[in-house]
Amino acid sequence: MSQLSSKHVIGIEHLTLDDIQLILNTATQFKEIINRPIKKVPTLRDITIANLFFENSTRTRISFELAQKRLSADVINFSSSSSSVKKGETLLDTVNNILSMKVDMIVMRHPSPGAAHYLSDRIDAHIVNAGDGTHEHPTQALLDAYSMQEKLGSLKGKKIAIIGDIMHSRVALSNIFCLKKLGAEVTLCGPPTLIPKHIQSLGVNISHHVEETLQWCDVANILRIQLERQNTKYFPSLREYALYYGVNRQRLDKLSKEIVIMHPGPINRGVEITSDVADSEHSIILDQVENGVAIRMAVMYLLVNKTD
Amino acid sequence: MSDSILLNGKQIQLTIERLSREVIESINFQNTVIIGVQPRGVLLAEKIHAKILELTQKEIPFGRLDTTFHRDDFRRGKSLNAKQTEIDFQMEGKNVLLIDDVLYTGRTIRAALDALLSFGRPQKIELLVLIDRRFNRELPIQPDFVGRVVDTIEAVDVEVQWAAEVSENKVLFVKQNKI
Repeated sequence: MSQLSSKHVIGIEHLTLDDIQLILNTATQFKEIINRPIKKVPTLRDITIANLFFENSTRTRISFELAQKRLSADVINFSSSSSSVKKGETLLDTVNNILSMKVDMIVMRHPSPGAAHYLSDRIDAHIVNAGDGTHEHPTQALLDAYSMQEKLGSLKGKKIAIIGDIMHSRVALSNIFCLKKLGAEVTLCGPPTLIPKHIQSLGVNISHHVEETLQWCDVANILRIQLERQNTKYFPSLREYALYYGVNRQRLDKLSKEIVIMHPGPINRGVEITSDVADSEHSIILDQVENGVAIRMAVMYLLVNKTD
Repeated sequence: MSDSILLNGKQIQLTIERLSREVIESINFQNTVIIGVQPRGVLLAEKIHAKILELTQKEIPFGRLDTTFHRDDFRRGKSLNAKQTEIDFQMEGKNVLLIDDVLYTGRTIRAALDALLSFGRPQKIELLVLIDRRFNRELPIQPDFVGRVVDTIEAVDVEVQWAAEVSENKVLFVKQNKI
């Protein structure tokens, strides 16, 4: 299989194992390119890509834009705060207006789950979901899997813990789909109020004990508490959360083995993870960011070059 | 016309030996590097590299170069699968011996030149090929070292098969499946 099965990347749920492996393998070649003295290839020089960000983002947006520039694509950026969305334009109108200016691909972040899927049914261009509400964030899961593979080799049978606010996290959901497809074992850990009911049906374990989970896993992917998506109180205070679920040096020192620490960012230091863990030699947080550019280059390269 | 053999294993071996001696005669060993073009040029480049080492006891830096992302025939049905690029040395000021198996339209070599330049500015690039299909060029690119020149029509492919993949090294004329 040498091309993707779909013309969009909306979520990991709908990618095949072949798709995932093709993206990961292609990213290896792009990682080599972004470490060259001249970090640019002319591959997408005839392609125009619009980045539509209806929600705040630092890493993902810069990462996509750099990936596009490394591939020589033309890039236009759009953020909802400075656009006609504020004047009442609908999503579909906004996108159709942009597409009529001959844009080939849309990279979109949107606060509503399903926004990317909604567009994919209605427009012709390729769509890459850069996060849709609490649903999926496929490129993050791919770069997480890539970073884990880089550290551990094949993920088959590896034990991965996802710790934190699972309920509001698109990163968690995409990671679960991706890791299960790659054959890893997944445990979700967090307060009962932040773990969605019935999530076990995806084939994951649930734990409410962070120390047991850390002892069990090879990799701990630690997530932020998404206060901006929480409109009721799910736990008494951030301090109490940090006390029961925060990953700190003492907890790591108690383990009988070394584990890999990951975090998709942004980090709330002192809440879900302390600085001495985030900046420790076990952390691959900055490798994740570097690999993000290579993964996004691979995704966009493969989508554009998909022939029917 | 059915598939026919242009060079057999013995002939390829002799050709590689001659090419290696020609290279030794003309290069200066101070600043020379060998780059094989992925995927099939690398196999030839490895053989030339080993032969030069055997004849001179001199180890020339060796790299592999993939041209996929620099091609101009994207979205025209070419393969998307890039192979590994591995160049562990500075290209600045080097004399590069670029090696591929078959020189045909010249487009792969054009892409390879483009890709090479993203590693810095070499002093000089020379091209070595096993087979030169001289009447099918689409770009003004000529080899400096040639194993065998062949005159073929476009309907015939020339394919180099290496023992690493099939039983024996050989160069074949292969008739294309015409629509």
